[in-house]
Amino acid sequence: MADHTATPPRGPAAAPPSPRAAGPDAPSGGRPAGAGRVALLVGGLVLLAAALAAVSVLSVCFGARSVPFATVVDALTAYDPADTDQTVVRSLRVPRTLVGVLAGVALGLAGTVMQGVTRNPLADPGILGINAGAALLIVFAINVLGIGSLSGYVWFGFAGAAVATFTVYGIAAMGRDGATPVRLALSGAAVTAALNSVTTAILLTDVEAFDAFRFWQVGALAGRGMDVALPLVPFIAAGALLALLSGRLLNALALGDDIAAGLGQRVGASRIVAGTAVVLLCGAATAAAGPIAFIGLVIPHMARAITGPDYRWVLPYSALLAPVLLLGADVLGRIIAHPSEVQVGVVTAAIGAPVFVALIRRRRLAEL
Amino acid sequence: MADVLTAENADAARVGAAKRALRDARRRRSARSRTVTLLLALAGCGAFLAALCVGEYTVSVPEVLASLAGYGDDGTDFIVLGLRLPRALTGVLVGVAFGLSGAIFQRMLHNPLASPDIIGISFGASAAAVVAITVFGLGGAVVSGLAFGGALACAVGVYLLAWRRGVGGYRLVLVGVGVGALLSSTISYLLSRADIYAAQQAMVWLTGSLNGVGWPQALVPAAALAVLLPLTAALARPLRGLQFGDDSARGLGVLVEPSRFALVVVGVALTAVATAAAGPLAFVAFLADPIARRLTGGTALAPPALVGALVVLVADFTAQHLMGGVQFPAGVVTGAVGAPYLLWLMARSSRIGRSG
Repeated sequence: MADHTATPPRGPAAAPPSPRAAGPDAPSGGRPAGAGRVALLVGGLVLLAAALAAVSVLSVCFGARSVPFATVVDALTAYDPADTDQTVVRSLRVPRTLVGVLAGVALGLAGTVMQGVTRNPLADPGILGINAGAALLIVFAINVLGIGSLSGYVWFGFAGAAVATFTVYGIAAMGRDGATPVRLALSGAAVTAALNSVTTAILLTDVEAFDAFRFWQVGALAGRGMDVALPLVPFIAAGALLALLSGRLLNALALGDDIAAGLGQRVGASRIVAGTAVVLLCGAATAAAGPIAFIGLVIPHMARAITGPDYRWVLPYSALLAPVLLLGADVLGRIIAHPSEVQVGVVTAAIGAPVFVALIRRRRLAEL
Repeated sequence: MADVLTAENADAARVGAAKRALRDARRRRSARSRTVTLLLALAGCGAFLAALCVGEYTVSVPEVLASLAGYGDDGTDFIVLGLRLPRALTGVLVGVAFGLSGAIFQRMLHNPLASPDIIGISFGASAAAVVAITVFGLGGAVVSGLAFGGALACAVGVYLLAWRRGVGGYRLVLVGVGVGALLSSTISYLLSRADIYAAQQAMVWLTGSLNGVGWPQALVPAAALAVLLPLTAALARPLRGLQFGDDSARGLGVLVEPSRFALVVVGVALTAVATAAAGPLAFVAFLADPIARRLTGGTALAPPALVGALVVLVADFTAQHLMGGVQFPAGVVTGAVGAPYLLWLMARSSRIGRSG
């Protein structure tokens, strides 16, 4: 991957006006290297897809119990419930891998959409209040309703995320200009502040809730079974579709609200489409895997550093980069602390942050 | 001839009227800013007095004033001057420091999300403190000292990592985000590994609190602010320039890189001092400037400082006395006090908020 990041021409980042203007019918026209560049970028996507497949295989193969590869294949093709090794693969590792891929795709896309809509490089999906809303309702479910199992409070997390996001959006949209990026960011951060206060107050008075919460908060894939993974599929699929189709719309929004409107985009409607995608994606992912803040925040910047600012490329790159990083981190977390493990949220940041900083230092940044 | 003259006169009159209107608008705005600042200061004094009066043993306002003036009896003196004054004073100092540092970062980087909470400096302090509490079982002043060191180390690290023939504002923010994410996940990890009681203790520290603050703890931020406040005032002009972006600032005669360096140093020092004194009181730095700007419409630095102080005082008062018998750390309430107010201001005003 490192080789690949170096290859795209520096053009898009070095000359800001031209790629921005690459609106409706861009990459093939304009620059002479157009066709070659598209081929390169498509090649990169294929490479990333291959990397994702490879990481998924690793994720199914590695774990606390060492299972021979043949047994893994058997578990997937000719399942024998009597074999404990096969049961481990089928009931623990496969669902966990699935949650990893789903959450990765979701967080990567949601982060990109979020940064595009708010035109703010600091916006992660959490900025819409998603993490805070999910956290509050999960803590509420544990503290007041006494729900102890993950599959029980996933739905509370999802509901909390959705309600928080609608609140944030509603408040931001109240002014005359509608939900401008700055208003969205501010109202999101303020709602987060208010919700976190309540969450903290509950956590400080309820040791048990705190004990359960701290393991959700760190961000982990361990212990997520099919009962957690499968219900998320439709939400994430719908959200991913919306997000992947919103590339052109985000390109227009990147030019500013007025120009976007001039290009015929319905700015308010675009924001609502994008917001819906973010809620579906990020609400589901956060409820299942905890707030893995890093992915949503940083993956879009990594993708942008590779592709330049065109969202029609940034989106698919984010969608593939994120699960590769997430699952890779998860596998690594199982290997470094064998036979115990380090939660994926921690490993993700530990690997991702240095890469991210290096990337920022090395390239001329494609600013939002 | 006469027609021309009257036309010229009319033009002159129109220009004059426009000039007057502009001047009036400016005057109204600065008058409003002054009024709001005054009101904020008065509200702050009120909250300060309330903090001195109310507690397990209520002291009346005249008694408090007598004590402050040096004519109180020993019992009241002990309660007011010995116990409550250092706490209230620390609240003010910490609030001012957070409010100013938030305003500095948000304006310098022209990004309302760029408070020191978010670009990683607070995480440096927090990570150091959580390591001290959960791994080494330390407490008290040692934790504060380590938090101070953590904030500075983190800031130096971020600045150096962002340095590439000058620190672009954008790169500084992104490096801060990366480092902050790394540190915050380290904190989550330590919390999930630690013994539950140590973790809870760390959680209280992470929330931010003025509990148990006495004169020794109050004097450190007082001394630091005595140095930092004049520096901040001196940097107000370059800050106003940088607010419009690097190029405009250069056009206005601001030395961009040196000014930014000085502002980062002052902002970091303010954050580090405040965090060491009271923990990273959630969101004060983030909330103070947006609230102040919506109230005043101007860019003076006194209003965010006053808003910060007011939020901390009100939050500490609420956390101590209004939470139904449980003493919460102040940080639980700062978000609940400031955020709804900011949201209300945002919902009400439709004009402001286009630019950060």
